[in-house]
Amino acid sequence: MASVQYREIEGRSAGFYGLLGVLALVITAGLAAAWTMEHHGHVITGMTNRIVWGTPHVFAVFLIVAASGALNVASVASVFGRDLYKPLARLSGLLAVALLAGGLAVLVLDLGRPERLVVAMTHYNFKSIFAWNIFLYTGFFAVVALYLWTMFERRMNGYTARAGVLAFLWRLVLTTGTGSIFGFLVAREPYDSALLAPLFIVMSFSFGTAAFVLVLMAACRWSGRPLGDALLARLGNLLGIFVAAVLYFVAVHHLTNLYIARRLDLERFLLVEGGVYTALFWIGQVLAGSVVPLVLVFAVRTRAALAAAAACVIAGGLAQVYVIIVGGQAYPQQIFPGKDVSSSFFDGAVASYAPSLPEVALGAGGVALALALTVLGLKLLPFLPRSLADAGPAKA
Amino acid sequence: MTPERRAFLGWGAAAAAGAALAPGLRLVELALARSPEEASSALERWGLLIDAEKCADCDACVTACHQENGVTAHGRPATDAQWIRKASLRDRSTGRVQTLPLLCQHCEHAPCVDVCPTGASFRRADGIVLVDKHTCIGCRYCVMACPFGARSFLHEPVTGQKPDVPRGKGTVESCTLCVHRVDRGLTPACVEACNRDGKGAMAFGDLNDAAGELARRLRAEPSSALRADLALNPGVRYQHL
Repeated sequence: MASVQYREIEGRSAGFYGLLGVLALVITAGLAAAWTMEHHGHVITGMTNRIVWGTPHVFAVFLIVAASGALNVASVASVFGRDLYKPLARLSGLLAVALLAGGLAVLVLDLGRPERLVVAMTHYNFKSIFAWNIFLYTGFFAVVALYLWTMFERRMNGYTARAGVLAFLWRLVLTTGTGSIFGFLVAREPYDSALLAPLFIVMSFSFGTAAFVLVLMAACRWSGRPLGDALLARLGNLLGIFVAAVLYFVAVHHLTNLYIARRLDLERFLLVEGGVYTALFWIGQVLAGSVVPLVLVFAVRTRAALAAAAACVIAGGLAQVYVIIVGGQAYPQQIFPGKDVSSSFFDGAVASYAPSLPEVALGAGGVALALALTVLGLKLLPFLPRSLADAGPAKA
Repeated sequence: MTPERRAFLGWGAAAAAGAALAPGLRLVELALARSPEEASSALERWGLLIDAEKCADCDACVTACHQENGVTAHGRPATDAQWIRKASLRDRSTGRVQTLPLLCQHCEHAPCVDVCPTGASFRRADGIVLVDKHTCIGCRYCVMACPFGARSFLHEPVTGQKPDVPRGKGTVESCTLCVHRVDRGLTPACVEACNRDGKGAMAFGDLNDAAGELARRLRAEPSSALRADLALNPGVRYQHL
């Protein structure tokens, strides 16, 4: 695909500056929220001693998971040799790095002591999956930067496939690490499963592809570059398969729990009596995030349907991560099996949690940061082909 | 030499001898306690034995703990720190009702220590699980990992700290087993209060001291660990649960 011509987006229109302006506003709101949280303490958020990871973690984990998935399109081209996707590989790498940066920014700014980030960089407990993740995340930036370099630098093009394999393996390990943050929590029944690692990997395929599709469609539309229907149809198929794979893993996870007598209460909570979590699971994750997009990509098959499907997958994905993180904590820990417990710590009761404005603002700020980095990247370096029309690379 | 002069010299000599010996006698006392510089030793394993049968419907242990450690409430139970709490249990099949104090179980294989990315959560050689307030970054992963809900995150600024008990907004904390008292040879505040104001349901001691009261009772009487299925070997044991 040496004939593919990449070009920076022009980035001088009112629309371009308008978009950057809106993103800058949201980022500023996120920073203001973080500053307020650090100043007053987390007491101004909806978080408590029972729900210690709230909405910021939902956004952060979603973005980090989507980041490794956004690299998927590049992997399909470099690792699995699908030439159709090769012109998309650069954008795929850019979006992956941008999403990870947005997610990590949220994660760090939600720390109780974010100014001690340097402590986290200098003191390691290698038994902690968190400590491994610090290396996996920073390593991801380095590996994807190397991968992008082999794509951008003509002399290095011969190494792209090898760099692609490295990046692909790295992202598999990274998402295994993210899933294992929860999977290793043996004391909490909603987690404590090796299944969470592969579940997070298929979630990343799904969320990352959805994010990529939306960014690709917006970038081509707003920069006036052709984008072929056949290419989009292939991306739509890919998205559909990933959405179905997520559903499969979710079903297996729940079925396993349903078979274990002591986890029946947990399943009753998640699937039937959990209030907002049950609603988010069935309506958000299953209906809006899975069934609707599957119908849209496999039955409707139009350009608008694909965009709508991708948006649905993202909304459903956020609902899924919310149920996993917040719902998983809301369900009481079983310290005394077979006994009803009550205490001033709300033992035995479902913990209540409502997202607060600072938390939502911080999370949205991370999304805006990821998008702003993508927009700036597109303007500064030639990430996007001049044409993605189906007939093949456009003439110069 | 006049008798007055003789008596004066005698008293003077006694005073001088006393002044010279007193620090020595004080040293004997200090030698029995561990000095602040001396590291804790794995020869000891501090622990508690809590008899749920004796646990009365009072909260002497909670009050004493929070007073001793300067843990003040803001009237917001969902975010206020709770180092120890009274839990009421009701058996679903038999209806039997019990109450007991719940606190950090000072596990040998502490999940909070395993998951802490910076090593701020650590276990002393003598089994006391602590948080280094200088390296805790406030990620709350330990709160996620603790099977007993023993840890609190400081959601707001802290005032009225005790010199022995450093605390800070944005960090995680939990029962220290009154490490500052234990290092002086005293018992934790909760145990002292339970024996003074409660019904003596709590006992403190060295699990490794075979001749000690705690080890003797654990050897002779039935007891259990919370979440024994997790095999964490906690330093806190319960009876009549």
